[in-house]
Amino acid sequence: MSGIDIAENQPESFAFTPENMAKADAIIAKYPEGRQASAVMPLLDLAQRQHDNWIPLAAIDVISEKLNMPRIRVLEVATFYTMYNLKPVGKYFLQACTTTPCWLRGSDQVMKCIKDKLGLDNHQTSEDGMFTLLEVECLGACANAPILQVNDDFYEDANYENTAKLLDALKKGEVPPVGSLSGRNVSEPEKGAQTLLSYKDNEAARSYDAKISAGETGEK
Amino acid sequence: MPKLTINGVEVEVPAGASVLQACEEAGAEVPRFCYHERLSIAGNCRMCLVEMERSPKPVASCAMPAGDGMVIRTDSELVKKAREGVMEFLLINHPLDCPICDQGGECDLQDQAMAFGHHSSRYDENKRAVEDKYMGPLVNTIMTRCIHCTRCVRFSTEVAGVTDMGLLGRGENAEITTYLEKALDSELSANVIDLCPVGALTSKPYAFVARPWELRKTETIDVMDAVGSNIRVDARGSEVLRVLPRLHEEVNEEWISDKTRYACDGLKRQRLDRPYLRKDGKLQPVSWDDAFAAIAAKMKGLKGAEIAAIAGDTVDVESMFALKGLMTALGSPNLDCRQDGAKLDATTRAGYLFNSTIAGIEEADAILIVGANPRWDAAVLNARIRKRWLEGGLKVGLIGAPVDLTYKYDHLGAGAQTLTEVADGKNAFASVLKDAKKPMIILGMGALTREDGAAVLATARKIAESTGMLVPASKDEEGNEVPAWNGFSVLHTAASRVGGLDLGFLPGKGGADVAGMLEGASKGAIKAVYLLGADEIDTQRLGDAFVIYQGHHGDRGAHRADVILPGAAYTEKDGLYVNTEGRVQMGLRASFPPGEAREDWAIVRALSAHLGDALPYDSLEQLRAALRKSNEIFTEIDIAPEAAWGPFGAEGAMSETGFGTTVENFYMTDPISRASQTMAECTEVFVLPKQDKTGTEG
Repeated sequence: MSGIDIAENQPESFAFTPENMAKADAIIAKYPEGRQASAVMPLLDLAQRQHDNWIPLAAIDVISEKLNMPRIRVLEVATFYTMYNLKPVGKYFLQACTTTPCWLRGSDQVMKCIKDKLGLDNHQTSEDGMFTLLEVECLGACANAPILQVNDDFYEDANYENTAKLLDALKKGEVPPVGSLSGRNVSEPEKGAQTLLSYKDNEAARSYDAKISAGETGEK
Repeated sequence: MPKLTINGVEVEVPAGASVLQACEEAGAEVPRFCYHERLSIAGNCRMCLVEMERSPKPVASCAMPAGDGMVIRTDSELVKKAREGVMEFLLINHPLDCPICDQGGECDLQDQAMAFGHHSSRYDENKRAVEDKYMGPLVNTIMTRCIHCTRCVRFSTEVAGVTDMGLLGRGENAEITTYLEKALDSELSANVIDLCPVGALTSKPYAFVARPWELRKTETIDVMDAVGSNIRVDARGSEVLRVLPRLHEEVNEEWISDKTRYACDGLKRQRLDRPYLRKDGKLQPVSWDDAFAAIAAKMKGLKGAEIAAIAGDTVDVESMFALKGLMTALGSPNLDCRQDGAKLDATTRAGYLFNSTIAGIEEADAILIVGANPRWDAAVLNARIRKRWLEGGLKVGLIGAPVDLTYKYDHLGAGAQTLTEVADGKNAFASVLKDAKKPMIILGMGALTREDGAAVLATARKIAESTGMLVPASKDEEGNEVPAWNGFSVLHTAASRVGGLDLGFLPGKGGADVAGMLEGASKGAIKAVYLLGADEIDTQRLGDAFVIYQGHHGDRGAHRADVILPGAAYTEKDGLYVNTEGRVQMGLRASFPPGEAREDWAIVRALSAHLGDALPYDSLEQLRAALRKSNEIFTEIDIAPEAAWGPFGAEGAMSETGFGTTVENFYMTDPISRASQTMAECTEVFVLPKQDKTGTEG
């Protein structure tokens, strides 16, 4: 399939809402005169957020005009990054990471769960328009691999079971707390602390700590 | 000036040069795909990798600035392996369809795969396939072959000035396309075909026509505009199959316009291949002798003043010279080579030349364009102005109809009033010109083909003189010669115009110009008119005059003619042409004229014998000797000589009407391009939609 996925049915026009227009102007003002084109990425993001999580071509026109740059240059940026959607996506946009750390930690099971529960393959949107699946490269949270990103939020430590629960909750319109699905605190070890275990039994170390706190050693 | 050692050879290159350029200087060949001398550096094909001392990896030489003391090797085992590796990657997704690819035989990828590649591929997965894109009637696309060098994107953005092309997606999904697959709307668009190092962008009209090794290649000169682009005509048998640009730094660099490239299919249609004579109101084929006899019978008894001759826009200097000789022998003062009625003045050569020269545009720092649309009048020259503009520090002002010139300009006004303001120093742009070191004025035909053309010419001359456009040669502080600068530049649209003016193919004493001839013919004062390839006149106004048409296409002139003498088109004869700079260039014959058609000077020479007074030359060489004797301009080929300044133009009142443009449709300006199917398609795609649009918008 072609890598450039642009919706066939396009809205006739697009305009930033007054609030977003003000935001856009604030973003453009960050860049020096003559470098307005640098604002293309935040503006594309703004357009996507305003327009049901996808960017119509009419918005490309609006942005290119606003930044005084050729339309093709805006489209180049929009097609370069997977984070910009150029066709409608579901209410919940699932981005499953399958890069090596996530894959080693079982991202195949996450993908399988999505396929089983929603019948979605990569790039597909469910018939009810609720879910779209995109397989993505590293999301940068490997300590809690595998990661499943739902819209803007990371759900971590995913496996078949907890992904199924998450999808069920989303279907019902609930938004489960973001972060680890296995219940651990951020990226602490799953089975509790694993290092410095002897610390609580070491009288000398504790008394030295107390001296530091009291400022008796000169250290801070 | 950094010094480098390349394969043991020490070279010194100018500061800012790349390692690749230094390698070329040292005579070391470096293969490349994305790098091109006239485009910005992309550094994305990686084919130009070389070994650099103290660098842990091979470096891309096109993007690496040459530094002092660098030690480069292009012949080491590392470089060989690097090239093989890059080539293997490039070929992973490139189809093995060379046998059915139009680029075959002149393909950079094919050649470099042979010279630098690995003998086989280790890749046995499926290759990727990419959908072909629509890019207009000229550029054929087979995008699966694309290696993403982005030369086409850079060319269209930088040189052509149309930002419609781009590279969408990334990595394996990257694709070259125009925005929403619109046709590439530039007069220079087909140059991307030459730039494409593979067969992804090929010529649509030339698709599957011939292989490069079958073609006879002739280096000649283009006549579609007054730039005189250097071209190579590829022919097979008697058929001209394609036209390609030839490198000439001072004229067209290595670009040509789409009309220059693609009007050649018009050479096959609507051709006059035998003499015709109007009998009983109908043109009927006759022999050469009968045609000449009919002319001789008609001319007998006519006074010189009753005969007139008009030379067309694409004729060579020799045939105009011969026709002038014939008319002089007949005693006629009615000669003109200015079909469009341009009020050009031949008294001073500098008064009708593009004195700054085309290459000189790159030195200019302020340009006033008057009554011209350089984008259509001379597309390649316009690219030169854009090149200068991109460098920065150039101010452009335009007086005339506002059009998209691919660079920014100040629209100063529409017509003569603004021009007078600039001349009087009342317009702000006058001080821009005065402050500039090398200001220039480009005077187009839109300003001169008017009743008050001579007054416009005089006003432009005044601007040139009052704003310091005429800088004499001098010496700088170090004693180096600083060449003279003359910024007064007339932009012609007809390839034959400057040659005609140099020859003096102009009304003699008491003679009529084109307007006078038409007036005389419609009133019966002029009884015979000789049209030498002249089709851009109002033939309705020729009245009852006996019209002799000598030319190569059945166009307007031939339709009105009483006798048709079939001549040769520019690819079918040896001939001299003088471009808008005053540069004499020699065109060579690429194929023979069809049927009984003959070279034009020979026709005039043969006719002169029938009229009783044979012209004193029997060969082209003898004619050229006489030509050189008559005007020493023609002694030197391919030189744009400095012309001395002098008086020209005539003071007078100017009308308030705005300056128009003379080229109404870039793709159809002469009989050849009007007969061309490709140009008709281009007109439909590029010109007509815009005209409709302006029509409804009022």
